[in-house]
Amino acid sequence: MTDQTPKPDSSATTPAAPTPKPESSATAPAAPPQAAPVEKSELEKKFPDAVKRDARPGYEGDVVSADKLRDVAMYVRDDLDYDFLSSLTAVDYFSDLPNAASHMEVVYHLYKSTGGGSLVFRVQVPRDNAVVPSLIDIYPGADFQEREAWDLYGIRFDGHPDLRRILMWEGFAGHPMRKDWKEAYFEEELKPYKNRWPEGQVYRIEDRNPYGKNNKYPQGLNPETVTETADPLLYENLEKAAREYSEDIDTEQVVVNLGPQHPSTHGVFRMAVRLDGETIVALKPVMGYLHRNHEKIGERNTWIMNMPFTDRLDYLSSMSNNFGYAIAVEKLMGPKAAPPERAEYIRVIMAELTRLSNHLWAIGFLLNDLGAFFTPALYAITERELILDIFEATTGSRMMCNYFRFGGVARDLPAGVLEKIKDLVHERLPRKIDELDLYLTENELVRSRGEGVGVITPEQAIAYSAAGPVLRASGVPYDVRRADPYSIYDRFDFDVAVRYHGDVYDRYMIRIDELRQSLRILQQAIKGIPGGEIMTGKNPYQIRVPAGEAYGRVEGPKGELGYYIVSNGKANPYRYHVRAPSFINLTVLEKMCVGQKVADVVVNLGSIDIVLGEVDR
Amino acid sequence: MYGIGVLKGLWVTLVHFFESFADDIRWGGKRYYTAEGIQHRRSSDTKGIFTVQYPEEKLPVPEEFRFIPFLLYDVDENGNAHDRCTSCGICAKVCPPQCIWIVRTEDPTTKRPVPEPVEFYIDVDICMNCGYCAEYCPFDAIKMDHDYELASFDRHAEHIYNKEKLSKPTSYYAGIRPTNYTREEKVRADEEAKKAAGAAARAATPAAAAAAPPAE
Repeated sequence: MTDQTPKPDSSATTPAAPTPKPESSATAPAAPPQAAPVEKSELEKKFPDAVKRDARPGYEGDVVSADKLRDVAMYVRDDLDYDFLSSLTAVDYFSDLPNAASHMEVVYHLYKSTGGGSLVFRVQVPRDNAVVPSLIDIYPGADFQEREAWDLYGIRFDGHPDLRRILMWEGFAGHPMRKDWKEAYFEEELKPYKNRWPEGQVYRIEDRNPYGKNNKYPQGLNPETVTETADPLLYENLEKAAREYSEDIDTEQVVVNLGPQHPSTHGVFRMAVRLDGETIVALKPVMGYLHRNHEKIGERNTWIMNMPFTDRLDYLSSMSNNFGYAIAVEKLMGPKAAPPERAEYIRVIMAELTRLSNHLWAIGFLLNDLGAFFTPALYAITERELILDIFEATTGSRMMCNYFRFGGVARDLPAGVLEKIKDLVHERLPRKIDELDLYLTENELVRSRGEGVGVITPEQAIAYSAAGPVLRASGVPYDVRRADPYSIYDRFDFDVAVRYHGDVYDRYMIRIDELRQSLRILQQAIKGIPGGEIMTGKNPYQIRVPAGEAYGRVEGPKGELGYYIVSNGKANPYRYHVRAPSFINLTVLEKMCVGQKVADVVVNLGSIDIVLGEVDR
Repeated sequence: MYGIGVLKGLWVTLVHFFESFADDIRWGGKRYYTAEGIQHRRSSDTKGIFTVQYPEEKLPVPEEFRFIPFLLYDVDENGNAHDRCTSCGICAKVCPPQCIWIVRTEDPTTKRPVPEPVEFYIDVDICMNCGYCAEYCPFDAIKMDHDYELASFDRHAEHIYNKEKLSKPTSYYAGIRPTNYTREEKVRADEEAKKAAGAAARAATPAAAAAAPPAE
């Protein structure tokens, strides 16, 4: 269906690599395979001829051959109990040197929903014929992630029922995350650009590449005469999905598009809904309207430059985004980048304040979606405003904080800020959260709109890789802060909030619970914060990160926020991937909505709490 | 009884409604358009109306607040301005969206590079206010401003700031960021003193060596 688009990027420079094997080359970070793999992994013992330990230094996990991938995945899920597919992403190990091998790699990060560390495996396929079996029926949460890998890397997932582009538009030329793809306004492969310094030739970027001439089209496509192919395909798949829903009376179904311009979608987001009367029979989210290829920008940037860009993912909780990225890079840099005690406390304080402000916002706007137009939202964001004042005083910016550095934080808390935080978390916020609770929780309208609406069972929540409040409201007490502790969260006494009905009302309640738990953590952190340094070593403007890969994840306010990074030992990341909770939580939206009334779509979406900056990246 | 929850909620809004008058009466008209009124409304005891009537009222920005960068120059006793910038290019190299352009020059006679930049451009449409340039500048030559009212009528002509538009005296910086300024000046003074001491020691050593009687 989508393969009419020619792939100009996979032609000339790529040598065929029938047996993809990591070789050292100028661009790819793969180092020569080293001998003596220490001990055979569980998978290797079970599948001796299909699984090999990844021998590249700095890499973990196994390499699985593509034809055995489904068996391995089935075994991993059913026998090893790794039931939560956290991240699925691709890496393009590309080299334009004549004799070097290139290959595509799909990396899977899995966790147990009962907690613990990760299991990593990967598949390597040739670049010019990248086909990998789809895992969508084993891990339904792979749905959007496989579509993203197809869209951005051109890896075809065999067996995926709805493999359309997800972030770019249908008819886009090429797959933008491939290393040999160049964007409009392309200047240089890597920052910093020479024409800024030392050359100093100032120009306006639009003057160099005027509007209208910055597009590339697939060969043979005339933009003037093109007919729309994307939407018919979408509606076709919608119909296919609706066919599973059978009813005795043959009624005419209609398709309604909610969005992209719609007050309920919290941004530019579209839901194509197929209705039977008022009942939803199928729903497909359509996204990418805000796509800016954050990951490609991230690969052009140096390591430190990505920090302010992470602010702009989920722009309501920039501190958590900083946290995740800092943790991933510090993991790769090793113990020399471990932040000092005071910095760890500041990080936790900031991350929990972010969670407070995010959940206040989420509750306020969920009530907006329920029809309580803006009074609850304004009560909630008044408190958020006071938290943002603290961020502004500390970091210099209310929302785009850019506060974390590798090995610490950018600057110490200014005088008076800690007192202000103390005042808020001991006096004002507990009172205000109680007030919000009194105001909304028992309200009959909230209850009748929320109870029993958009129910997700625990099994579904895990299978669809839902994370954060969505997962915990379905009765799965999974919180990365507890399940796989990072930073200093293991020192604090707090409960993992959990609710058991999995409906909209519980997704509201869980946020109230988490507000209270965050206050508990904050009260302990403020009490325990030591003096001392806020940065390990100097804060250099250019860092080198040892070659290898790392997956760092934190419990962001919206769910599990992961960063998968690959370094080739140089000043820029070789691969930079964001596991965005808002994006992956949308996978379960269709399950929430089918069988419900169209008015509940708005509420269901509001209860997931998405931010389009993170969905579209 | 059905409806209790709604009534409780209405009670909360009613309390908020009366609070918005109660505080106004208590402050007797001083709650708005005065500095202490704004301060009170942003404090954690605030009740009632929370919003600020921009542009008649403006929130005071904290010292760390950062907006578009500016360049610092020192003014000596004779009134001559000296750029602190040495066009080393660290700000241009660390800038995430790459919005800084620095034009360097060399001395026509000696052919050696002149430290002060001939031109320094920042495209404020691209600048993302991250503050890296200020954070990593080793000479305290570029700092983040507090002025956030940048609207202009023509973005094509006016949004690439040149050196003239970017340069501000050190006294301005001392005004907007007194704590940072004091701290940084102390570090600079210490370093100057150390350098001077080092130079003096170096100057003294050959002299001392010359003065010392030859070992025999």
